[in-house]
Amino acid sequence: MVNIEINGIPVQAADGSMLIEAADQAGIAIPRFCYHKKLSIAANCRMCLVEVEKMGKPMPACATPVNEGMKVFTKSPKAISAQRAVMEFLLINHPLDCPICDQGGECDLQEMALGYGNGTSQYGEAKRVVADQPIGPLIATEMTRCIHCTRCVRFGQEIAGVMELGATGRGEHMRIGTYVAKSVSSELSGNVIDLCPVGALTSRPYRYSARPWELDSHDSVSPHDCLGANIQVQSRRGELQRVLPRDNEALNECWLSDRDRFAYLGLAASDRLSAPRIKRDGEWQTVDWDTALTFAAEGIKAAGNSVGALAGYSSTTEEYYLLQKLVRGLGSNNIDFRLRQLDFSDQARLPAMPGLSLPVVEIESIDAALLIGANVRKEQPLLGLRLRKAALNGAAIHSVAAVDYAANLPMGQRIVTAPEAMVASLVAVAKALLVEGGSAPEGFAALAEKVEVSIEAEMIAASLKGAEKGIVWVGAMAAGSPDAAALRSLAALIADLSGCQLQLPGEGGNSAGAALAGCLPHRAAAGSEVDAAGLDWRAMLGAGLKALVLMNCEPELDCADSRTARTGLEQAGFVVALSGYASQAMVERCDVLLPMAMSYETSGTLVNAQGNWQGFGAAIAAPGDARPAWKLLRVLGNLLDLDGFEQFSSEEIRDELKALTGATGTIANQLRWQPVAPSVRVEGLSGIAEFAIHGVDPVVRRAAALQASIDGQGASVVRVHSTTAAARGFNDGQKVMLRTGEWSCAPMPLVVDDTVPAGCVLLRKGTEATQGCSSGFGPVELIPA
Amino acid sequence: MQLLSDASRAEIDRWIAKYPPEQRQSAVMAALRIAQDQNGGWLTNALMDEIAAYLEMPPIAVYEVATFYSMYEREPVGRHKICVCTNISCLLRGSDEVVAHLEQRLGIKLGQTTEDNRFTLKEVECLGACVNAPMMQVGREYYEKLTPETLDTILDGLE
Repeated sequence: MVNIEINGIPVQAADGSMLIEAADQAGIAIPRFCYHKKLSIAANCRMCLVEVEKMGKPMPACATPVNEGMKVFTKSPKAISAQRAVMEFLLINHPLDCPICDQGGECDLQEMALGYGNGTSQYGEAKRVVADQPIGPLIATEMTRCIHCTRCVRFGQEIAGVMELGATGRGEHMRIGTYVAKSVSSELSGNVIDLCPVGALTSRPYRYSARPWELDSHDSVSPHDCLGANIQVQSRRGELQRVLPRDNEALNECWLSDRDRFAYLGLAASDRLSAPRIKRDGEWQTVDWDTALTFAAEGIKAAGNSVGALAGYSSTTEEYYLLQKLVRGLGSNNIDFRLRQLDFSDQARLPAMPGLSLPVVEIESIDAALLIGANVRKEQPLLGLRLRKAALNGAAIHSVAAVDYAANLPMGQRIVTAPEAMVASLVAVAKALLVEGGSAPEGFAALAEKVEVSIEAEMIAASLKGAEKGIVWVGAMAAGSPDAAALRSLAALIADLSGCQLQLPGEGGNSAGAALAGCLPHRAAAGSEVDAAGLDWRAMLGAGLKALVLMNCEPELDCADSRTARTGLEQAGFVVALSGYASQAMVERCDVLLPMAMSYETSGTLVNAQGNWQGFGAAIAAPGDARPAWKLLRVLGNLLDLDGFEQFSSEEIRDELKALTGATGTIANQLRWQPVAPSVRVEGLSGIAEFAIHGVDPVVRRAAALQASIDGQGASVVRVHSTTAAARGFNDGQKVMLRTGEWSCAPMPLVVDDTVPAGCVLLRKGTEATQGCSSGFGPVELIPA
Repeated sequence: MQLLSDASRAEIDRWIAKYPPEQRQSAVMAALRIAQDQNGGWLTNALMDEIAAYLEMPPIAVYEVATFYSMYEREPVGRHKICVCTNISCLLRGSDEVVAHLEQRLGIKLGQTTEDNRFTLKEVECLGACVNAPMMQVGREYYEKLTPETLDTILDGLE
């Protein structure tokens, strides 16, 4: 620590820190544009000039390291005159369009100009004008307003790991942009909106809709991935306007993924359900709540215990808890939320809740990782940032997956295989680990016999073994694979042999909460065992149950096997949907539609991957007659004469569950090796399927701007390797149908993509285009459309 | 399709070898020059993209370099690129007259190319030959102590 003095106040600062950091810590404001605590120092705006004793010229506080005994003056005549001069230069080319600028009211330049600017300008020449170049559906550009702080450029380079914006030209001709016409593709691109200190980069969907001083801000939590990013939901006169990140160094820092930021757009979709509806004699009728709920309760009651429930991924823990209580009260264990999974054979051995074994911040300090079927960057974009930091610190990040995912970090070894060969690839890694010592567990030798250890497997093994803090990460593709149990078991074995920690982050925003709440066929609340396990979602849909309750899910899109979901819904007797939307399939198949409040419209709790119970209140009212799902379930429970449905608030439900889980609200768990069967070889083309980044829940699916982004557009195609396309005579862009058995999807464009292994077809699920396809794994055919 | 010729790639490799292996992108300026020479004096976006891929850097980072330095051309240029210095020393020694004479003789303005694609006229900053100002550069040659008469002789000697 060194001692300095700022404006006569003694301040202690860390060695090597900059004046601006010391000042910020001491609460002394220094104006700035280009400096940002999370970005490298550019020192190009010069707004933070301060006077330093014994130095002739004013110094930029962001780029001047502290020195013992330094005396700094931020408000001396010399400092003020330097700052005013810089401001005058910045305003030379800045347009005077604050009244029509979206940044107005929360603009750094506007605020600084008030403090440091002159009322008049000495500049009489022409101002510089920059022609705009669209950069996608999320970010609006008005580059004439740009003051060249380069925060957005540095964000891409340093944080997101994809440099898409740059500063081209020089001097007066310098401009920020993509140079060539192109949309930005980063899953974190929206953060440049927050970073931009002026109105050059603003939110396109929010454009011209409100002024910051009109907005009410509500603290909330984002339900779209297992990080549970902290957010502010902002509304004007009860209408949702936008979502911004809320600083939380332990989770999302000051960032937000595009999915978390723009998903709210889906809440206003045109098929939003705002009044209860029932289908009587094949005709839909809009009715009052009493009629709808009584109708639903009667239908459910008539089914006896031939009843089941499916829940989507982004519900609150309270909703999951009441739903399972309802189903179990009816004498059934048929309840499931794991709609993106296909293999449940290891469910009894699995940890009681998915999650990370280490705090999110500690991901930064790992030194090796093996990602199994994981595209962390797109699945949990902000966890991807932590991994990227670890990699930049020298951690070796290896991958075994059926796609050569475009990483935003320096990767170690990458094994890219057909999906059914992932098991063998992991066996090879485990085998390589056993060479260095340790005894093969029961059942492993038979599996390992025919597997050759590749050099890559040896290197991964050596790297994990040598790591002081290593992790083995089971990603969404692995968890959603038909071989998921085998992959998890091998992951556990590799973790065990190498001394690494196993990570099962879980899909969706509240897997941990759903599991804790007991929204599973084999476990009740707080992980307690049930006498006889009920049916998983797939079995449930195949069982022709007399009554089915859907909560916050669209089975034909949310389930990992769209075909099974569709036929299953047709076979089910009485179908009740608690839903935010009346999708086509629901209108066709359901008997009752109960409009429910979605994210931000209800209070509740989400449990994230590190086990935090994050509660929030409703930020806005749900449209029309829509009610929070927990209230609907409570009334249904009463109408069905079930015990334990007397709660008056979501907090009461939470406390009821918390009493069962204990004070920490998490359950310690571990997964151990179990013998697994070798996976089945696929003849011909092998299908690979994963959920699209913007196809993960009904709300995201309806966020038009996200669907129009590069990630959204890229989800409605099938992808094959160039050699496979050539061998089968397909061209890039040609329309094809994907066929499994006798079923085929609607025609989709084929994209030649060399990140897909040869002989495989990659499909993204959860989108309109791909619904109707089966699981997407196993043998598939491509037919020209 | 490969745009950079094998000879160009070999020459870029020679530059890459001068830097540590993890800093291939340090060869970007040399690579742009080599590509520009190969392509008749100017760079296309496709060429810059290929350089980006070859040096394992984001395309935008290559565009940044190519747009920053005035010696990289992003539009087709004539056979002879005439770069007239108009910086302070040359200005004091009459670069205005040089520019006026060239514009009049070639029938084009600064920044333009003659219709027969023979000449491109460009205004540049100091090229470091102030001792013999005014000066200009044509291709790789410096011409110094320019007067209208010497200019005519020089232009007559260019194909």
